[in-house]
Amino acid sequence: MAKHETPLLDQLESGPWPSFVSDLKQEAEKRAKNEKGVEFQIPEDVVEDLLGVLELSYKHGRTHWKHGGIVGVFGYGGGVIGRYCDQPEKFPGVAHFHTMRVNQPAGKFYKAEYLRELCDLWDFRGSGITNMHGSTGDIIFIGTTTPQLEEIFYEMTHNMNQDLGGSGSNLRTPSDCIGQARCEYACYDTQAICHTFTNEYQDELHRPAFPYKFKFKFDGCPNCCVASIARADMSFVGTWRDDIRIDQKAVKAYVGGELAPNAGAHAGRDWGSFDIQKEVVDLCPTECMRYEGDKLEINTKECTRCMHCINVMPRALRIGNDRGLSILVGAKAPILDGAQMGSLLVPFIKAEEPYDEIKEIIESIWDWWMEEGKNRERLGELLKRQGFQKLLEMTGLEPDPRMVQEPRSNPYIFWKEDEVEGGWERDIDEFRKHHQR
Amino acid sequence: MEYNEAKEKIVEALQKKQKTKTKFYFNDLAKILEEKPRVAKKLINQMIQEQVLEYWSSGSTTLYGLTGTGKQAAAEDEA
Ligand code: SF4
Ligand code: SF4
Repeated sequence: MAKHETPLLDQLESGPWPSFVSDLKQEAEKRAKNEKGVEFQIPEDVVEDLLGVLELSYKHGRTHWKHGGIVGVFGYGGGVIGRYCDQPEKFPGVAHFHTMRVNQPAGKFYKAEYLRELCDLWDFRGSGITNMHGSTGDIIFIGTTTPQLEEIFYEMTHNMNQDLGGSGSNLRTPSDCIGQARCEYACYDTQAICHTFTNEYQDELHRPAFPYKFKFKFDGCPNCCVASIARADMSFVGTWRDDIRIDQKAVKAYVGGELAPNAGAHAGRDWGSFDIQKEVVDLCPTECMRYEGDKLEINTKECTRCMHCINVMPRALRIGNDRGLSILVGAKAPILDGAQMGSLLVPFIKAEEPYDEIKEIIESIWDWWMEEGKNRERLGELLKRQGFQKLLEMTGLEPDPRMVQEPRSNPYIFWKEDEVEGGWERDIDEFRKHHQR
Repeated sequence: MEYNEAKEKIVEALQKKQKTKTKFYFNDLAKILEEKPRVAKKLINQMIQEQVLEYWSSGSTTLYGLTGTGKQAAAEDEA
């Protein structure tokens, strides 16, 4: 028998999709049975009480969690998010219910053994409930009490070679796509750079001194599997400068139906035979492709590396050889001031260790934002407030037409007086000689 | 700025405001110190290490307060 009746939550289990309610019930049952004989360090019925308080929130239409808290591990300003229930008598199991963020390995590679160790630790000292993965990429441990925090931290850092991730006004845990480890589209080693910067910027990750959160995300190519362009204050997107490599024989094999388009991803339904004109050439956003006389041509100058043609015909088209990345800045989700996509800051930069040039850009951006950013202002908002040109000044980068969507749009680039011959002062009498009022 | 001088400045300024406010943004502290953020960060970190200050986090934003002050501190003890 469940500890609390949860008729409203039960409804969530009735649809066609897997339900977190079922997962929670399963975990509650597992803890009640405790077949492994774990010496639970927090209440055994924590999951039951979680279901109970959630049901109550559904009933009342308001939350029963208090906002934030002081908890953390010593010396770290992030990685732990304090949560307290405002109905502790009814639900003592979740009176304290803090979240811990565990810094996921770059590319989210782990051995089953490592996951088991993490889960054993969390069964022992926490609720057993995890979120794989949070939107920043971390492994999220949901729900434990204050005395357990240092214990968990000690175990992770001393015996598991594992750190906490970022939260609060910190650099958040950097995250990356699976990249060169498994993906032929990767234009640089996302794992290497993600891991390097995680180590390099430990102070920024753990000791909050930013106006607000700051996110790095690394995508190996413009397919953007970690969606850096939409959600990172600084997104690093792989790209190349030379031509897409074309294997004309393989192009013909696609046209002839010997190779399945999109590597067979849409094979579940009959879409008719592959039409290269309709499905590739006509869908090129910059209209820079031509298929004539059995030959595919691409006008590289016009190509924006959107990846469409490569995704459709991966055996025939390959990313170029002169590879690096583009840096975009200012993307964010709509918390304070509406959603924003990243703006292109660096069209191309080589991504080679030790990444000194990239670090210089990062650090100059931080200097600007730390000094000028208002409390809770994301980089993208500062960018809108003070202008893109200011950012160029602060980073020492030259303006480039690729930073502008089209002539006369993106009106954030202005002339300054000292850049204009004669400045702003005009002799009005001289002017009036040629122009009537 | 010398660490001890910085500490005095912060403690004094924060204590003065206790009645109305117990949690402060990093930038508020940097302003009290009249230092650039990077310099202020070193000093403030040391105050955290010495438990003169403590962090408060909502999850998305981090604030700083004198250790043991504010509503939450009381709640933390009774829980
Ligand atoms: S972003 Fe590109 S390189 Fe990275 S995994 Fe996705 S397709 Fe591959
Ligand atoms: S990558 Fe995109 S823009 Fe470039 S040729 Fe292919 S479809 Fe066109």
